Amino acid sequence: MLRQIEGSAAIAETVARCRPEVVCAYPISPQTHIVEGLSDLVRAGELAPCEYMMVESEFAAMSVCIGASAAGARAYTATASQGLLFMAEALFNASGLGLPIVMTVANRAVGSPINIWNDHSDSMSQRDSGWLQLYAEDNQEAADLHVQAFRIAEALSLPVMVCMDGFILTHAYERVDVPSAEQVDAFLPAFEPRQVLDPADPMTIGAMVGPEAFAEVKYLAHAKQMQALDVIPEVAADFEAAFGRRSGGLVRGYRLEDAETIVVALGSVLGTIEDTIDAMREDGVSIGALAIKSFRPFPMEEVRAALEGAKRVVVLEKALAVGVGGIVSANVRMALSGIQLHGYTVIAGLGGRPITGASLRRLFDDAVADRLEPLSFLDMDWERIEAELKRMAAGGRSGPHAENILREVGIVAGGSH
Amino acid sequence: MSGPPKADGAADAGTRHQRVRFYQVGSHVVGNRLLDPEQRTVQARTDRSNTLTCGHRACRGCGEALGARYVLDAAMRASGGELVAANATGCLEVFSTPFPESSWQLPWIHSVFGNAPAVASGVAAALRAKGRDDVRVIGQGGDGGTVDIGFGCLSGMFERNDDVLYVCYDNEAYMNTGVQRSGATPPAARTANTKPIADHPGNRFGQGKDLPRIAIAHGIPYVATATVAEPHDLERKVETAVGMRGARYIHVFVPCPLGWGSASHDTIKLARLVKETGLFPVYEAVDGEVVGVSKIRRQVPVEEYLKLQRRYAHLFGEHGRPDIVERLQAGADRNIREFGLLDGDEEVQW
Repeated sequence: MLRQIEGSAAIAETVARCRPEVVCAYPISPQTHIVEGLSDLVRAGELAPCEYMMVESEFAAMSVCIGASAAGARAYTATASQGLLFMAEALFNASGLGLPIVMTVANRAVGSPINIWNDHSDSMSQRDSGWLQLYAEDNQEAADLHVQAFRIAEALSLPVMVCMDGFILTHAYERVDVPSAEQVDAFLPAFEPRQVLDPADPMTIGAMVGPEAFAEVKYLAHAKQMQALDVIPEVAADFEAAFGRRSGGLVRGYRLEDAETIVVALGSVLGTIEDTIDAMREDGVSIGALAIKSFRPFPMEEVRAALEGAKRVVVLEKALAVGVGGIVSANVRMALSGIQLHGYTVIAGLGGRPITGASLRRLFDDAVADRLEPLSFLDMDWERIEAELKRMAAGGRSGPHAENILREVGIVAGGSH
Repeated sequence: MSGPPKADGAADAGTRHQRVRFYQVGSHVVGNRLLDPEQRTVQARTDRSNTLTCGHRACRGCGEALGARYVLDAAMRASGGELVAANATGCLEVFSTPFPESSWQLPWIHSVFGNAPAVASGVAAALRAKGRDDVRVIGQGGDGGTVDIGFGCLSGMFERNDDVLYVCYDNEAYMNTGVQRSGATPPAARTANTKPIADHPGNRFGQGKDLPRIAIAHGIPYVATATVAEPHDLERKVETAVGMRGARYIHVFVPCPLGWGSASHDTIKLARLVKETGLFPVYEAVDGEVVGVSKIRRQVPVEEYLKLQRRYAHLFGEHGRPDIVERLQAGADRNIREFGLLDGDEEVQW
């Protein structure tokens, strides 16, 4: 049933219908409403049996999930930004142990400078942690992806991150059809762990592994992610058959027919991109978009198939790999190995800077005319940067960058969190 | 993979488990087998589960290997074999699991260095959700994994009163990485990064982290200290702890011949002396209150304990530091006064 509901509330209800047995929570914006919602549902007895644990850090939250999952329980947590990085050691451990934990990442910038708003710096920094990473375009898909994530995770015995844009999605009220308990029960079988801490069958989990077997164990994690390239679309197809709507999968093309220019992006920005493309198509520009839904595993073949006929590819990224530029584009270029086309990396929306239709139109017009640099930054205030570079070049104690720039910008959005 | 160890595992002893053998060790360490069977230690019973079985790679005279086996065998017996363990990274984890040669005869998980208490909490939560309240959960680690890198998770586990018994095997430094100081390294001890160079006295004098008392301050149901020299006392405390619910903590003093520069055959002697000097008070606390102390049987000066260890060698001899030995003695005396460790002393009131 369609309801007007906050994204986080929709996620909390959907996760509850997936019947997690252990939910671990630690507050960090912008995911907090999700675990608050789950707390209410557990306290109201609507989610039983379920242990809700409010722990002392994200590192502990992931560690509790590791213990719970290894003991055979369906385990869930949510985090963002600094919290995801604080978990980093445990993230690699969870995937290395092959524990099918599901976690929502309410995508948020990573400091310094501290910033609570949306970009993809957090999840992109953990792209090699061994977790599957699915990106939602809207709140309906975010909700649906959680149901799919548990099934994918448990089918492969690998952990899955469902990434949804912080605030833009988590705090947006939209129409969402929250999957019903009956639907989810029919779609998501009970968790059958591949390994479990059971006194009736004692096993050692997490042993020391030396050079004689480490590479093989690591390769198995890769092999399972390669299997996920089949499992993810299968689960999406099953989901569509059961729920009557498309959600998830590996990639999704938009107006790709005869597109000379293709914009590649992840997450909620696809909406604005598609509006811009619609307008440009009306003006006779042959442009389309490719949404990457699964960033890990990275769907090389699907990306190549979608892009190989284009003249140019613009990868719009909400994260900056300092010292080189793009992260998604590096993966896209690998998919396009041997194919000659113009490739542009555009860094946009860092720290919550709005990505407007007007800016995208200018950007895409420049791309179509091949006026873009290989690496560019959408709506960057170069004047401020030049001023700060000059201050530094003058030598001496020029002071902290963030404070210097903020002093010049003045009070624009003195919000609180 | 071996089958489950049984509390009454005598029938299994020759098949799935290695048969427990006893050697004459010339002391009453293993428990006096001349006692009435019911009064013997778990270690002195042929039906003990041998939870950390032989073949592991611990050094000769390792106090931690001994402590872990004493604790887990007692816990296995007390829980009827329904036990799961979560282990921090460290010597105990490394020497026990050069796979495929795991020494663990119980379900055992190692995640990372600093999260064993949280992993144990997660296991306990899963068991509760599944209605398995018959299975008990132990978290364990060395002093580095407990008082330093795992401290946040441990304190959180205490504060939530999670249903976990956490056991710290304290050998007073990071031994697995080559003997560096930890928050539990005593003053004046030499480690790889507290060498007595110039006029530095080894590890500095400071407050350190007295984790048993920090645990008591959390008001958790049960806290105890013990040494590997007194298996009767240690096993009784484990049995008490396993019989309770909520967050419980046992801090076991385990000498490390390699890290301390002591003779392998002095492990038990050192564990006895540390208590008899007063340097390591042996006591237990229930609900935040100390309810019992193990009295010193024959008080000995700290020199007797210190001189057996090369980590204190710089305190003695021609360029010795009697002033520092005096400060260490003063610390032992303070413990004795505070906990009432000598016969005739009043029971401690907190």
